[in-house]
Amino acid sequence: MTTPPLLQVADLSVRYSTDGDDVLALDRVSLSLERGERLAVIGESGSGKSTLTHVLLGILSRNAHVTAARGELDGVDLFGGLTETQWTELRRSRVAYIPQDPNIALNPVLQIGRQLDEALRLSPRKVEKLRRRDEAIALLERVGIADAERVYASYPHQVSGGQRQRVLIAIALVGRPRLIVADEPTSGLDVTVQKTVLDALDELVAETGVSLILVTHDLAVARQRTDRVLVLERGRVVESGATAAVTDDPRHAYTRRLLDAVPSLHEGKLAPTPGLSQVDPGHREGGLVAQGLVKTYVTRDPRRGKILTPAVGGVDLAIEPGTTYGLVGESGSGKSTIARIVAGIDRADEGSVHFRGQDVARARGADLRTLRTRIQYVFQNPYTSLNPRFRIFDVVAEPLRGFKVASGAELDRRVRDALDVVGLEPSIATRTPTELSGGQRQRVAIARSIVLRPELIVLDEPVSALDVSVQAQIMQLLIDLQHEFGAAYLFISHDLAVIRELSDRVGVLRRGELLEEGPVGEVFAQPKHEYTRRLIDSIPQFA
Amino acid sequence: MTLQFEDRAVAEHDEHAETALAEVPGGIAVVGTTPARARPRRSARVVQLTQPSFILSALLVVAVVTAAFLPTLFTSLDPYATDLANKLAAPTWQHPLGTDNLGRDQYARVVYGTGNTLIASLLAVVLGLSVSAVLGILAGYLGGWVDEVVGRFVDIFLAVPGLLVSLMIVTTLGYGTINIAIAVGIGSVAAFTRILRAEVLRVRESDFVTAARLSGLRWWSILPRHVFPHSIGPLIALLALQFGEALLAISALSFLGFGVQPPEPEWGLLVSEGRTYLSSAWWLAILPGIVIVLVVLAANRVSKFIEKVT
Repeated sequence: MTTPPLLQVADLSVRYSTDGDDVLALDRVSLSLERGERLAVIGESGSGKSTLTHVLLGILSRNAHVTAARGELDGVDLFGGLTETQWTELRRSRVAYIPQDPNIALNPVLQIGRQLDEALRLSPRKVEKLRRRDEAIALLERVGIADAERVYASYPHQVSGGQRQRVLIAIALVGRPRLIVADEPTSGLDVTVQKTVLDALDELVAETGVSLILVTHDLAVARQRTDRVLVLERGRVVESGATAAVTDDPRHAYTRRLLDAVPSLHEGKLAPTPGLSQVDPGHREGGLVAQGLVKTYVTRDPRRGKILTPAVGGVDLAIEPGTTYGLVGESGSGKSTIARIVAGIDRADEGSVHFRGQDVARARGADLRTLRTRIQYVFQNPYTSLNPRFRIFDVVAEPLRGFKVASGAELDRRVRDALDVVGLEPSIATRTPTELSGGQRQRVAIARSIVLRPELIVLDEPVSALDVSVQAQIMQLLIDLQHEFGAAYLFISHDLAVIRELSDRVGVLRRGELLEEGPVGEVFAQPKHEYTRRLIDSIPQFA
Repeated sequence: MTLQFEDRAVAEHDEHAETALAEVPGGIAVVGTTPARARPRRSARVVQLTQPSFILSALLVVAVVTAAFLPTLFTSLDPYATDLANKLAAPTWQHPLGTDNLGRDQYARVVYGTGNTLIASLLAVVLGLSVSAVLGILAGYLGGWVDEVVGRFVDIFLAVPGLLVSLMIVTTLGYGTINIAIAVGIGSVAAFTRILRAEVLRVRESDFVTAARLSGLRWWSILPRHVFPHSIGPLIALLALQFGEALLAISALSFLGFGVQPPEPEWGLLVSEGRTYLSSAWWLAILPGIVIVLVVLAANRVSKFIEKVT
């Protein structure tokens, strides 16, 4: 006897209507999932992958209209007008959810034990009150939390991000679900943690035979850890099949584009687009030299007095003109602090930053202003770094006006040139940032940073807020710009794969200390420090 | 416990989806005309606009403002014409609010009094706003000792009831419409300043303000270009609310006799004059009082509306 698939969905469409404006989020999506199978749902933002997870969990917003030819989960008809109570029952026993961001998905004012206890109390397994604690600790141990007792008694802020995500997985396991829906479960986590969380999920599937739907934008993760894949583009399934087959031989152009965008596929620094002219950068000698940077943040707490948080402890680095220095580290490693010191936004407590002989850290007044025209900064989040009320023209023109280097027709020409080299149409100049997509916004931010023709651009995670394919475009753009104008980059990232594609030299930062530093090829081939090795191992490998 | 978070996640995803749909390979993209964010707001605005309490309040405010500038639209009677034979008359069709001790039509006096009361209130609000705009923005953006000084000043003003502050000021300035407007305006500076300072503290940390600093802009050009437009949002709702409060304070000061002097009509003054005849002709004090209450309530309701739609 063959068992029927756990989940079968045919011709599922979801339409959101707002004010008579309809958006088709899912368009005739069909899928089926066997027991114990792992399905990857791939797509960029706006592809409808989150909508798909919400349909399966019955948590769509009120303005969503669902139509489907069939939808069956473990013998339950999903679209046969289930009441909210029935959905609740389904969620308590058959389908579980692992949310995206572990930092906001746990209640910050309740101990983790209480939150697990709540799930256990509501589960249909009827765990006795006195057994619940043991059960909860067993669950925590099962998802790979070593000090389960401590975590049980802790508040969410007292445990690490990876542990928080594991706690969420443990909560998902409470009802012994048949299907786990994980919505980008690791995108908020550091790379090394990412790996362990995904390992924990893999083990669970192997041990318990639960089915997994893993929503991700990362093709490498999908390839490594799933059996089948579903590629969504604007609500339509453009390709599906066995993961290995699809990633080896993508049929659809969109899948191919996503694959090309995976950074870990490439070796070494990207090549500039052929046929670009080079502008002579003029003087090429003397780059940036930072020595012994120390920065400590001081916060005052009425109860505990002064709290000192060391962010950077004695970092040296040097950037040659026209090259890229990649600074890699996990959250809290102090990489943004260094970026801000180098750009002259914040001041170091100790140490010096010399840019072509001038001290950035001590510069004041007119000297500082001249330095700022030579060192520019691109922020991580293009949604906050552009004034939403400004027209794009004014955004890009601001440095020219601020430093009074151009006005009138000259200003006009330089702004249009800058927009042109970052690949934006002139017509965009009259729009406002709110009308643009994330990739376009980041292009505008880059245009603003190059309009002064700086000699050094500090890029603080400029691609991490963007979709993979957009990320690839922006990275190519940065390479091309460097080739054209010969500016040096200080490139900050948590992603070693991205660093490898862009940098000449790389520095590995942990807890404010530079563990290792050297040419990209060397560091990747022969990492000296054990931590660097771990970072490199955590990059999802494709082969 | 998780459901609430999930709901929020849905909303966030939708918004994200809308903006990102426009991204097209090659980077040059055709972008949808309306950003997704504007949509739910528009429908919320329609819901708020059609609420009867809001419609009534808005009509009342419009009527009162019109009466302040064109009193002849509302009454054909002269507020100064005495008719001693018909003094202290009860409300009739001819005199909807009755007549006062000199036989003057009370309704006409309320209508003509609107000008004095309203202009003083508006003046007070504008004055309070402009002083606190300067103080709040400087304190929030510059920080340091400027913040300390402004902060202490605000603390002192908040510790003392606003009306008391206004009384102190008006006794030094002397009587008159302009003087009580100044007094009430200064009394409201503290509330505005505190809110504006908090907003500026939030906005000054945003990336685009840092970007402006790196773009070589000086603080005096960053403030009006980047900080001020993003900080005044909550202030606009407060403005309507404060207008109601100012109106009450102006009326109170006039009631105590600090405002315009008889025989000129003014709402607070009318209540004060009517008070003498409370036992024989209660409508003289009570009805103008009700008018004040209604206008203040209407201003609050309009403020609520602004708060909800922005």
